[in-house]
Amino acid sequence: MAEASVQQAHVHAPPESFIRKNVFSLDHKTIGKQYYGLALVAVFTGMALSWLMRFHLAWPNAKIAGLELLSKAGAPGGVITPEYYLSLLTMHGTLMVFFVLTNAPFAGFGNYFLPIQIGAEDMAFPRFNMMSFWVTFVAFLVLFTAFFIPDGPPTSGWTAYAPLSAVGSDAGPGLGWGQNLWAISISLFCIGQLLGSLNFISTTLDLRAKGMTLMRMPICTWAWFITSCIGLLAFAVLLPACLLLILDRMAGTSFFIPAGLVLSDRLQNHAGGSPLLWQHLFWFFGHPEVYIAILPAMGIVSHVLITSMRKPLLSAKVIIYSMMSIGFLSWMVWGHHMFVSGMNPFSSLLFSFPTLTITIPATIMTLIWLGSLYGANLQITSASLFALGFVSMFVSGGVSGFFLAQPSIDIYLHATYFVVGHFHMVMGVAAIFGILSGTYFWFPKMSGRMMNETLGKLHFWITFVGTYCIFMPFHYLGMAGNVRRYSSFVDDFMAPLLPLHKFITIAALITGAGQFIFLYNLIHSRFRGKPAPQNPWNGTSLEWSIPSPPPWNNFGGKHPVVYHDSYQYGLKGSKGDYVMQDSPEQIVTE
Amino acid sequence: MSTTTFPPAPAQAPPLPPEGNAIRVSVMAKSRPPDASRSGIWVAIFAITMSFAAFTSALFVRQGSGDWTHLVVPPLLYVNTAVLLMSSFTLEMSHRVIARGLAGEASALRSSLRWVFVTLALGLTFVAGQYLAWRKLAAQGLYLATNPNSSFFYVFTGMHALHVLGGITALVYVIRRLTGSRDVFRRSTFDSTAIYWHFMGGLWLYLLFVIRMRL
Repeated sequence: MAEASVQQAHVHAPPESFIRKNVFSLDHKTIGKQYYGLALVAVFTGMALSWLMRFHLAWPNAKIAGLELLSKAGAPGGVITPEYYLSLLTMHGTLMVFFVLTNAPFAGFGNYFLPIQIGAEDMAFPRFNMMSFWVTFVAFLVLFTAFFIPDGPPTSGWTAYAPLSAVGSDAGPGLGWGQNLWAISISLFCIGQLLGSLNFISTTLDLRAKGMTLMRMPICTWAWFITSCIGLLAFAVLLPACLLLILDRMAGTSFFIPAGLVLSDRLQNHAGGSPLLWQHLFWFFGHPEVYIAILPAMGIVSHVLITSMRKPLLSAKVIIYSMMSIGFLSWMVWGHHMFVSGMNPFSSLLFSFPTLTITIPATIMTLIWLGSLYGANLQITSASLFALGFVSMFVSGGVSGFFLAQPSIDIYLHATYFVVGHFHMVMGVAAIFGILSGTYFWFPKMSGRMMNETLGKLHFWITFVGTYCIFMPFHYLGMAGNVRRYSSFVDDFMAPLLPLHKFITIAALITGAGQFIFLYNLIHSRFRGKPAPQNPWNGTSLEWSIPSPPPWNNFGGKHPVVYHDSYQYGLKGSKGDYVMQDSPEQIVTE
Repeated sequence: MSTTTFPPAPAQAPPLPPEGNAIRVSVMAKSRPPDASRSGIWVAIFAITMSFAAFTSALFVRQGSGDWTHLVVPPLLYVNTAVLLMSSFTLEMSHRVIARGLAGEASALRSSLRWVFVTLALGLTFVAGQYLAWRKLAAQGLYLATNPNSSFFYVFTGMHALHVLGGITALVYVIRRLTGSRDVFRRSTFDSTAIYWHFMGGLWLYLLFVIRMRL
């Protein structure tokens, strides 16, 4: 009897109150959805900012109705000032990289599906998990506040290069409290991600179901696991960097600010700091951050492609090993962002070599995805289309990386639209395609309802064609010498490029508008969609062995036992051409 | 050709557990998760190590500038070091008897609890001692922004003290659990706290070395 009461004390009953169920929830599924929702708000905000920027680039003197209400100083009469253009750019980059590309594919989907895919009832530390989201949420609010303060948002870009980011309001609008809010927000964001990564790693190591060996985990679980290892170390470096930046800004220290700076006719009271130190610390985080965005997308895409192809990849193991080597190499390449920074040219060579090496595992993965398609009976769904779109974006954006990785070519292309086109395709849009693929694939599981496939495919084609129309010309612009971060191109040598900018802007407006089809589909399907069966795509992993949406404790109090590798397709199973991971049936191969 | 399954498949579906109140709870509720605090604490230590590695590399880069000076380390720091190392020892004294205490031996539990209290007191003494060391530096006119050396001194010691306060919170949690209802107390909570506490000692020795050699 005493034992029974101990047992009772050990179990966690589902919460009753609205707040505990939906707001301060300890449940990994709710937290995953919260992260996804936050990313959705951030991505539409970021997209609106890019619309404003694109509109201004194409028609520098045109008035934008209502913009004056947001910032009187930044857009007097509705025309964006050069400084406010930089503010929009900074906020766009920060929102997209941190609050979208990190939040949605990693924290969002990872939180929801990692525990389920390994057969656990929740994360290892649910309280840390809840804290992780709410700290991230506060970070978002702090950043967002910058829009509404008199100083305006910071203008130093998402990379916040010192000394511009470190010296304070003497350097111009947005660099007073706007930049303070940025630094505080990113510090909080780091804490949230550290707590999240800690949870992901411990959960994967300790909470796997019986029979779920590491190599039996689905590829996306592996991707989240590797990403959390990268995130743990990367955010552990960005946090100290941000703290030092805050000290330079608020406490008068000189970590990043050199001596003798005169700004707004005032000699800055700093000495001896190293602006390069910020760049080193930032990019030591910043390059792995690229893989924090892209690895989960790679995992999701592999997972979706295999299910849609109805056959295993040529080698799932090689995909996993490639992701590991990318994760490992990501720590040795940060200097390739700094080829023109004044760093020792010999170091450029040292950073160039691993940068080129990292293309090898990336190429292996691409070849496996493409090679596996040969002879496959591919089912064309919105999810598989976006997965294929990911591969396409990854290749198209990745190829320009070969050029940028070489210092001699990068010196010419650095800080041009070539770089902007490269990273938007290879990490930005590619990761977004991964997120969208995952959304169409897992929405039935998360909401219990199917999404509209016709709208999904329409959304895909608009996004796919639109993205190429936007970002391919960027490469040409860059080669033509079009520098980035300028708010207008009316100078002699760039004026001839203006028609192309207008084309890009129109493409961006149409592609952006296409995203509202997705938003409508998402919201409409959530309430009016066709009820989803337990396993709509005939998948094999554990998330498809439980009801849609899953019960509060995922497996209804049962402890799943895993008997097979994650992707047993193209076989004769009792349910069709596949055998589920938790099915005890013997696999017969011919 | 057939492949065997692992773990071996049951010959038939396992019998369903009998219906009853306890079962109803277990269908709805989440059972207590398997123990993950030991792996968790090592992951956390990894991240903290990385943070301090970042601070250290910042120091090495910053040192390259011409305005590097030297500061005299307040001798109080060595006393604080002794206090922190002693606290690791007292926590191990508690660690030695905790198993017997949790098994129900009242005197062992009391002894264990006593040593945790001593550790807590020593930990607080350490933080207070660090605060005094800052006061001593400030009395010499060395503040956070005075020169790069004093900046790094305050950053290193401040960040470490913050992490020690985290350890103190964990000790308070352990004390609350040991004095409250012990049926949900996990031995691993104690172990993880101890690992973290010893790590704080090790980290401090490293920082003291860097401060002594470089600042």
